[in-house]
Amino acid sequence: MSDDAREAVGDYQFGFHDPEHSTIRFDKGLSEQVVRDISELKNEPEWMTEIRVKAYHHFMEREMPDWGNCGSLHEINFDNVTYFLRSSNATENDWEDVPEDIKNTFNRLGIPEAEQKWLGGVTAQYESEAVYHSIREDLESQGVLFLDMDSGLKTHPEIVKKYFGSVVPHTDNKFSALNTAVWSGGSFIYVPKGVHVTMPVQAYFRINAKNMGQFERTLIIADEDSSIHYVEGCTAPTYSTDSLHSAVVELIAMKGAKIRYSTIQNWSANVFNLVTKRGVAHENATIEWVDGNIGSKLTMKYPAVLLKGEGAHAEVISVAYAGKGQHQDAGAKVHHLAPNTTSNILSKSISKNGGRSSYRGMLQVTPKAHGCRSKIVCDALILDSDSRSDTYPTMEVGNSTADLEHEASVSKVSGDQLFYLMSRGFSEEEAMGLIVNGFFEPFTRELPMEYAVELNKLLELEMEGSIG
Amino acid sequence: MAMAEEILRIEDLHVSVEGTPILNGMDLVINRGEVHVIMGRNGAGKSTLASVVMGHPAYEITQGSIYFKGQNLDELSVFERARAGIFLSFQYPAVIPGVQVGTFLKKSVQSVRDEPLKGRAFRKELNTAMGALEMQKGVLSRYVNDGFSGGEKKRLEILQMLLLQPQLALLDETDSGLDIDALRIVAKGINQVAPTAGCLIITHYQRLLDHVHPDFVHVMIDGTIVRSGGPELAHKLEDQGYDWLETSPEGTA
Repeated sequence: MSDDAREAVGDYQFGFHDPEHSTIRFDKGLSEQVVRDISELKNEPEWMTEIRVKAYHHFMEREMPDWGNCGSLHEINFDNVTYFLRSSNATENDWEDVPEDIKNTFNRLGIPEAEQKWLGGVTAQYESEAVYHSIREDLESQGVLFLDMDSGLKTHPEIVKKYFGSVVPHTDNKFSALNTAVWSGGSFIYVPKGVHVTMPVQAYFRINAKNMGQFERTLIIADEDSSIHYVEGCTAPTYSTDSLHSAVVELIAMKGAKIRYSTIQNWSANVFNLVTKRGVAHENATIEWVDGNIGSKLTMKYPAVLLKGEGAHAEVISVAYAGKGQHQDAGAKVHHLAPNTTSNILSKSISKNGGRSSYRGMLQVTPKAHGCRSKIVCDALILDSDSRSDTYPTMEVGNSTADLEHEASVSKVSGDQLFYLMSRGFSEEEAMGLIVNGFFEPFTRELPMEYAVELNKLLELEMEGSIG
Repeated sequence: MAMAEEILRIEDLHVSVEGTPILNGMDLVINRGEVHVIMGRNGAGKSTLASVVMGHPAYEITQGSIYFKGQNLDELSVFERARAGIFLSFQYPAVIPGVQVGTFLKKSVQSVRDEPLKGRAFRKELNTAMGALEMQKGVLSRYVNDGFSGGEKKRLEILQMLLLQPQLALLDETDSGLDIDALRIVAKGINQVAPTAGCLIITHYQRLLDHVHPDFVHVMIDGTIVRSGGPELAHKLEDQGYDWLETSPEGTA
């Protein structure tokens, strides 16, 4: 591996990539025709084509955000991105039929083994479309739909039509417009009334081709009194040029339902990761975002919850790790739109080797939303003097009955901690790894075990060679 | 009688922190199986001595040397000293948030022993040691020293000492702030390690010495040992304080 490449993957063991295996690949760049071609190729209903085209025009007209790391955003060359790539001709249901080089990639990620032990179902997104999809029979028999988004649109167009864009409209922001115009892949899940999916369902996303944008679109609907835990993990292989990831995730938790959406993303250091995630929680429903951001050149991501029904609850737990040349601009948005709604936000960030992490949060309580409670805790750990951490909290509180708490702390690893750990036989790097893992522990313990193990391992690797 | 095996030799040790001299010509030899006690007022340099043997980076050796089993410690970093068999029980152990005691102990023992631990054998060892120190299993899932009482912290220090089986145990005011029961338990831990190690106990009080029987008691004033004797010296200090040593350096114990 060249030094540049090594830097790009941050020495991450999964930083490899296979020769591109593409059957259909569009030329770089975006136009209305490209958008129409994508839709036609997928045999989509006309209404979807029209949404895409509308979104395309909105994207073209919409200004770049003028906040956050907007300077860096202007480095994105939208003409140098491939907007659609289909890596095999059909969605595969049988692992045996998956092409060999793609399979190798997944084997190295350990996905088949993980499936045996853990998965409620798998959608493995390889480049733009799902190539492998399985669903456990017990889920199927309970009426749970777990499909890649393209299949979801084909088989359940009425549900998709009702909810697609209902939480994140294409007019929300420039990147939600882009996603709506060119989306491909992602997951579609519907959990019927009263059904509790007890095992986490998981999807893995990777982007492999150079300059390959990835625009997955996920829609999860949990009907009344149901529950589901969805897990996605992302790792990215080596790149030589900038790459764009811009996803949209919409969650709908009906009365009494609960959705937990867990993510660990580990993009290589040249990826722009610009994701809109938002959920609506109806009466007494709960939405939980568990969101881990590692790597990327710039991440801008603020998982949001609209607490629309009385008694609804939001939980946003996020961690961000910003290494050399990286900016994690992450946080949470919670809108208390109904009485007696509650929310907890916990945000933890680590900055190292000149990395920058920012917490950007929005908490809104509308005038009629009486009796709301919210607690926000932001902890930043800065590992050296070149690194940086900022907090940009915004609160809009429309009535006086709200009970709000906000705590923020910035800390450094203390010499006492290092000396103590080293006196117990840990090298300085091991000691740092332990402290960093401990700092992220309130997040890690929320993850399924294999993710927790992988995250800890990754952070330990990040600490290697860092002292001196 | 077998030849004494030297564990620690301190020769003419001068130490400064940020340019301020703290130790001013210390000499001390500890052999295997010996328990040495160092007493002295606050600021006499007792804790500095323990930290400098462990290798704390804030302390600068300006003159003299420290040898561990004949090797000059200059050559070893903090964690290499730990792996070589030096252990320091901290007066104020650091809090490591988010790191569970069980994980920490296992990783620490693994680092020091430099061999993969067998899960079952380690668990058995851990149970035995915790039993001896009358510790509850629940402590293993708590975070290292996080929210621990003074006594709990000291007990965890002693547990680590039992597991790490050091050849040189430095105990920095391990008895401070302990009630009678905790003191007895901590002493039990020290006595378990003492026969096979060299022990250096730093304390203000004679009361620990009701449970641990020292071979030598040293008095430190202004960064040097002004007097050495047997256990009776500790009793005299308890009764008379340190003034008689300062006013009459040539006086008898």
